[in-house]
Amino acid sequence: MQYEAVIGLEIHAQLATQSKIFCSCSTAFGAAPNTQVCPVCLALPGALPVLNEQVVSFALKMGLATRSRINMTNQFARKNYFYADLPKGYQISQFELPICEHGHLNISVDGQYKQIGITRIHMEEDAGKSIHDESFVNRSESLVDLNRCGVPLIEIVSEPDMRSADEAAAYLTKIRQLVRYLGICDGNMEEGSLRCDANVSIRPVGQESLGVKTELKNMNSIKNVEKAIDYEIKRQIDVLEDGGEIVQETLLWDPAKNEARTMRGKEDAHDYRYFPDPDLVPVVIDDTWLAKVRADMPELPDERRERFEKEYGLPAYDAEVLTTSRETADYFEEAVIKTNTPKRTANWVMGEVMRLSNELNLGLSRLPVTAEKLADLIRAIEQGDISQSAAKMVFEALRTRKEPVAELIDQLGLRQVSDSGALEEMVSKVLADHPEEVASYKNGRKNVIGFFVGSVMRLSKGKADPKRVNEILTRKLAE
Amino acid sequence: MSVNHDDIKKIASLARLEIPEDQYAHYAGQLNRILEYMEKLNEVNTDDVAPMYNSLERTNVTRPDQVRPSLPQNEALKNAPLKGDGFFRVPKVVKK
Repeated sequence: MQYEAVIGLEIHAQLATQSKIFCSCSTAFGAAPNTQVCPVCLALPGALPVLNEQVVSFALKMGLATRSRINMTNQFARKNYFYADLPKGYQISQFELPICEHGHLNISVDGQYKQIGITRIHMEEDAGKSIHDESFVNRSESLVDLNRCGVPLIEIVSEPDMRSADEAAAYLTKIRQLVRYLGICDGNMEEGSLRCDANVSIRPVGQESLGVKTELKNMNSIKNVEKAIDYEIKRQIDVLEDGGEIVQETLLWDPAKNEARTMRGKEDAHDYRYFPDPDLVPVVIDDTWLAKVRADMPELPDERRERFEKEYGLPAYDAEVLTTSRETADYFEEAVIKTNTPKRTANWVMGEVMRLSNELNLGLSRLPVTAEKLADLIRAIEQGDISQSAAKMVFEALRTRKEPVAELIDQLGLRQVSDSGALEEMVSKVLADHPEEVASYKNGRKNVIGFFVGSVMRLSKGKADPKRVNEILTRKLAE
Repeated sequence: MSVNHDDIKKIASLARLEIPEDQYAHYAGQLNRILEYMEKLNEVNTDDVAPMYNSLERTNVTRPDQVRPSLPQNEALKNAPLKGDGFFRVPKVVKK
């Protein structure tokens, strides 16, 4: 039988605010345990939460970026469960009235565009951190650090619109790109600032009703999300083919073993008993607030990609690569404004610049070769001051040297000779020294011209502009 | 709607309350009296009344995104029955 997979993702993004969602403790990562806590996030009696307005603005940005409907009145709710890293015994989240609903975004897999629905985006607080298995923890105990407790999150819940691990990976990549463009989350999955759970079920192709789903957790990279979903689809098909039944359960992905194992079954499925949190008054978004957020929205990746194709005449592939991150797109634009040669500039950014960025593990905005330096270098090529290959040497030198590009070209002795007088002289000398080759050229062996160009280049110690040399040679040999 | 034996068992377990089985009837009686009162409220026609999420009239009580000092670590841990190395120590919790 042919099966199709039905996949929905729940993505938690830690918001890049300075302070927590309901108190003024810092959200900075890596502090000593329990040093960023206060009566509110410790749940001491009588402490009351006060909402961080930036959290609302960040959630609105994501809502606008995914063309969601904004609930102008939204409300926080308590999600009740007991766990040692949740001191209140409930997580403040949103339930009936989330801030955003009914959004969507477009993904592209193998050149095919597909729209993925977003059910809802809501604001909530993170829980603390429990440590169990480290060597310094007593075997009968867990250690609890509440620094993360109250760090703001948005949860982005998709519709079950994805049909393959590829589509799920493309959607997650898109979400990560968006939160980074918006500057609301650093998108780092390894450190857990972006987390993804996947709901997976399968059904025979053509069947309308959904199969029993399982939930996959603990996938700390896009690659692992893809692997875990593929694994789970195959596992479910095997179970059904063997005449078995899928059990609704939560599975934990083990990246070391490349397998998923049961974390909890249906029998202890949670009953969260949500209800509106009486400690928090409704959040009412008015047009002024929304307009302020709208004015602060950057150009989004899809729009920017289309503009790069139109405005700079770049191939679709280049526009896609250059707009992958806001930083790359900004770098390219800063350079191209000065060079006016979009394709050549694109090639440099996608080639040398990205290679350097990978090698140094630095974002483009922090590279020693700034967009301005790159633009100077490209202009030098355009003006015939330097050859393409010599420019690569200058680019390498710019990693450590601070001199202006023009100065560096001279210091490295890489300035091309394009002065006609000097070039004519060299060409004449080469032709005079090789009468036999000139004769064979005139007898029709046109490819001898390569030999002449090479000789002139040698004579100039590589500084002659080969294009000009070729022109002069062709003219002189025709005389 | 009324509360039965199984409901009491479930509610107690969700609230982590230990209730001896011979007292289930006692609590069921109490909870059912509360539900009966709620039934009385249900008799009021609320078709044109918007749901009330909070008894306060105010909305948008917010603060700017500014960090202020937290408690010192020893203060934060002061009430904990067990602590060590800056952590709260709790009986081992197996992941949910």
